[in-house]
Amino acid sequence: MSETTYTPESGDMEALEFHVTEDHHPETGTLLGFWLYLMSDCLIFACLFATYGVLGRSYAGGPTGAELFDLPLVAINTSFLLLSSITYGFAMLETQRKRVGATIGWLAVTGLLGAAFLGLELYEFAHLLNEGAGPQRSAFLTSFFALVGTHGLHVLFGIVWLVVLVVQLRKHGLIVENQRRLFCLSMFWHFLDVVWIGVFTFVYLMGVLP
Amino acid sequence: MSDHHDAAHDDVLPDAPHSTFKGYMTGFVLAVVLTVIPFWVVMADVFESTGITALVILSLAAVQIVVHMIYFLHMNFRSQGGWNMLALMFTAVIVFITLAGSLWVMYHLNVNMMPGMMQDPWG
Amino acid sequence: MFEQLDLTQLIFGRLSWDAIPLHDPVIVATFVVVALGGAALLGAMTYYRVWGYLWKEWFTSIDHKKIGIMYMVLGLVMLLRGFADAIMMRIQQAWAFGDATGYLPPDHYDQIFTAHGVIMIFFVAMPLITGIMNYIIPLQIGARDVAFPFLNNFSFWMTASGAALVMASLFIGEFAKTGWLAYPPLSGILESPGVGVDYYLWALQIAGVGTLLSGINLLVTIVKMRAPGMNLMKMPVFTWTSLCTNVLIVAAFPVLTAVLGMLLLDRYLGTAFFTNDLGGNVMMYINLIWIWGHPEVYILILPAFGIFSEVVSTYSGKRLFGYASMVYATVVITVLSYMVWLHHFFTMGSGASVNSFFGITTMIISIPTGAKIFNWLFTMYRGRIRFEVPMLWTIGFIITFVIGGMTGVLLAVPPADFVLHNSLFLVAHFHNVIIGGVLFGLFAGITYWYPKAFGYKLDPFWGKMSFWFWTIGFYFAFMPLYVLGLMGVTRRMSQFEEDAAMQFWFQVAAFGAFLIALGILFFIVQLVVSYRRRDQLRDTTGDPWDGRTLEWATSSPPPQYNFAFTPRVHDLDAWWQMKQHQYRRPEQGFKAIHMPRNTAAGVVLAGISTVLGFALIWHMWLLAGLSFIALLAAAIGHTFNYDRDYHIPAEEVERVEAERTRMLASHV
Repeated sequence: MSETTYTPESGDMEALEFHVTEDHHPETGTLLGFWLYLMSDCLIFACLFATYGVLGRSYAGGPTGAELFDLPLVAINTSFLLLSSITYGFAMLETQRKRVGATIGWLAVTGLLGAAFLGLELYEFAHLLNEGAGPQRSAFLTSFFALVGTHGLHVLFGIVWLVVLVVQLRKHGLIVENQRRLFCLSMFWHFLDVVWIGVFTFVYLMGVLP
Repeated sequence: MSDHHDAAHDDVLPDAPHSTFKGYMTGFVLAVVLTVIPFWVVMADVFESTGITALVILSLAAVQIVVHMIYFLHMNFRSQGGWNMLALMFTAVIVFITLAGSLWVMYHLNVNMMPGMMQDPWG
Repeated sequence: MFEQLDLTQLIFGRLSWDAIPLHDPVIVATFVVVALGGAALLGAMTYYRVWGYLWKEWFTSIDHKKIGIMYMVLGLVMLLRGFADAIMMRIQQAWAFGDATGYLPPDHYDQIFTAHGVIMIFFVAMPLITGIMNYIIPLQIGARDVAFPFLNNFSFWMTASGAALVMASLFIGEFAKTGWLAYPPLSGILESPGVGVDYYLWALQIAGVGTLLSGINLLVTIVKMRAPGMNLMKMPVFTWTSLCTNVLIVAAFPVLTAVLGMLLLDRYLGTAFFTNDLGGNVMMYINLIWIWGHPEVYILILPAFGIFSEVVSTYSGKRLFGYASMVYATVVITVLSYMVWLHHFFTMGSGASVNSFFGITTMIISIPTGAKIFNWLFTMYRGRIRFEVPMLWTIGFIITFVIGGMTGVLLAVPPADFVLHNSLFLVAHFHNVIIGGVLFGLFAGITYWYPKAFGYKLDPFWGKMSFWFWTIGFYFAFMPLYVLGLMGVTRRMSQFEEDAAMQFWFQVAAFGAFLIALGILFFIVQLVVSYRRRDQLRDTTGDPWDGRTLEWATSSPPPQYNFAFTPRVHDLDAWWQMKQHQYRRPEQGFKAIHMPRNTAAGVVLAGISTVLGFALIWHMWLLAGLSFIALLAAAIGHTFNYDRDYHIPAEEVERVEAERTRMLASHV
């Protein structure tokens, strides 16, 4: 590329515009930004899965997954979470139809299902602690509680967010800002279900295998 | 007069993915099927070999994750100009490296340095 | 009686008057100096009534330019602390031979080398590169701010919060004595029951939140906010390297969060991740932390590579040679940086197959870096080179970094590493690449972009003085360490047996550190002198170096909104093309500009986080609980604020632009 000064000729065909005269509003980055945050969260879970992969059979003479895991309970919990994903989907459909009341209704159902999931999980944890199978017992249990517990904390956070968002929906309705937040929570909620697929497969189902 | 392009006053979120009832139901049914099968395979001791069982349930989990991505998370090559998909692919690669790399490295370290503590590899 | 005892425990945890290290004269002396200096500074600020101004215009600002400058100030201040640690170590190691034990007991020395590493990486290098990226990226892509201005402010304060906790550890309690990566079992609760490791962990977890959010922010900014016409292959090279850096940040820092979180669980809840018993596995920590650690060093160096690309092309008066290959090399480095991490622990017994794999990948990753060096040289070849100070730093970098890179490839050979791992050879290698690469790049960038940020150039004479003392000092300080490493000296030792040959090299290294100290002093002198001579050094056009990229299209400093009209881009080196076409900036037709509001939320949330961190470190559970609730409440409260932006009226834009027109005319 020649570095000599360019001398424009009169009647230059390519009159280049070097600035934008109309209002320029860059696209909002919130949805992409939140997706990227979810990818980073994915990596935190990857580390917890990797740790479980490495330490998951280190029983230290203590109880094993086969002895501890209650698969029917896990199946029920899985269905709670899967159902909550579909009810959140219904909430998004109502948002598309611009119906605030119905949106809030489906969000409430989602929150209740999430709470049921957490309740059952807490029941499971309490039972394990009672059996002396707490996170301090062995590296297997440490990594189990860390992985499943972190997922549960994320669900708890999601429920808190859901409640706050419902309050904000009642206050401001389905304004664009709230729609943005609904989409972000939607991504978050579904992402937690994706992680749970990993959990019930890699931890529970494989954990009972010899 | 100053412009009224405030995002707060606009009606619809511009780049939001579009959901349909059909999409959610399809995803839901697929997910249910892909959940029931692995639970059944393990609880009913369908395969004798642990290896086969593990392979089956891990594969079905991978498929179900893709189902969730498509039907619930509306993942496609177009969303956010393809950047969502790129980010997902890159993350998948890093997740794979973290998991496989850690298992490979730790297995070798355990075998070489802690023979008394060597555990069965995960796969 | 018992009630009262429990209450004291609940409120004060393990904090007591014993936490203040009165027994250590060095710390007491430091405290006196810091207290007096700090009091003087705060007193002056109060006397001159700047608090209101600072709060309104700086601390609560969401302007990427102000936040960028605050990051730079944080980084440079922490450089002084980190360097003080370095000088203390050099003096100790030059002195403590045979019967002489020096002046630092091992207990104290161990905290110093740990703090030195933690501060230099997390609170000097990271803030400085984040600051430059923050300031420059929006300007280079023709945007008015980053994608998430509030998060930007919050990220800065979280980093500052982490730094505050590390500084607090000097005077209240102690710091970790484990080295900058805090390997268990030494960092576990049994071997390090004190507060040191907890300071380390909470400072990094808090700062880590800031870094991760900043990574997401800048990534979305580059992806979404480029001016019309600036497709990816027309972005400035610095923006490209920043894109890859932020990808690395988003993909690596979660791993650090996870592994430090696991160590925290071990320490606070007695879990068995990294214990020696109950099935724990210490090596899993080392494995995970280096999965973060290696991308981290590329996070540090890639922005520096970007800076050098900009500097070389500007001061050679030529377009950068091989733009496309530079981009590909950067992307390749980004991906490959995830495949080399085991080279940090070749010696830990993973065996020949694993070691060979990682040794080979480590050698491969040096290739794209080599390609970049050639591209810089080819850019300079037949250019009309101006030896301004940034160019001096660049040439210093090319020579110095190449040496460091070569020793890195040497260490990549596992058998060689078995001899040299954790010796001073390793220490010399990484200082060679970090100082020669990252630090020289930062100084080049600071000097290059200083006029843009402040409206006047830095004084070249003191810049050259600083450069020469840094460079010569570096060679005196670190070349001996290569020799010592080959002689078999292990790192992190504070006392040695009688050995005149060995001591000689340590003394040379101490001399080098002294020269570097002068280099830092001259940099500070440069700042002062430049400020005093700012009228002579004034940049009236906004383009003092005949630059090529869009940041030079704005005034120096740029107006709050950066660009009155969003630029339209047609080619690489957009500003150069605009100049070629004799582009005249519009002087009328300005519109109102939509901008985000300042907010105190970032300062508040980070402030509460600092209190929370401190409370958790000292086991002050009541305070921890209360501050956690406060944090949640403040965060949720912030989400109820929907009134986050405003418009700069068209008249105001007109006024500012008219001022610029006047200034441009006066330059003629």
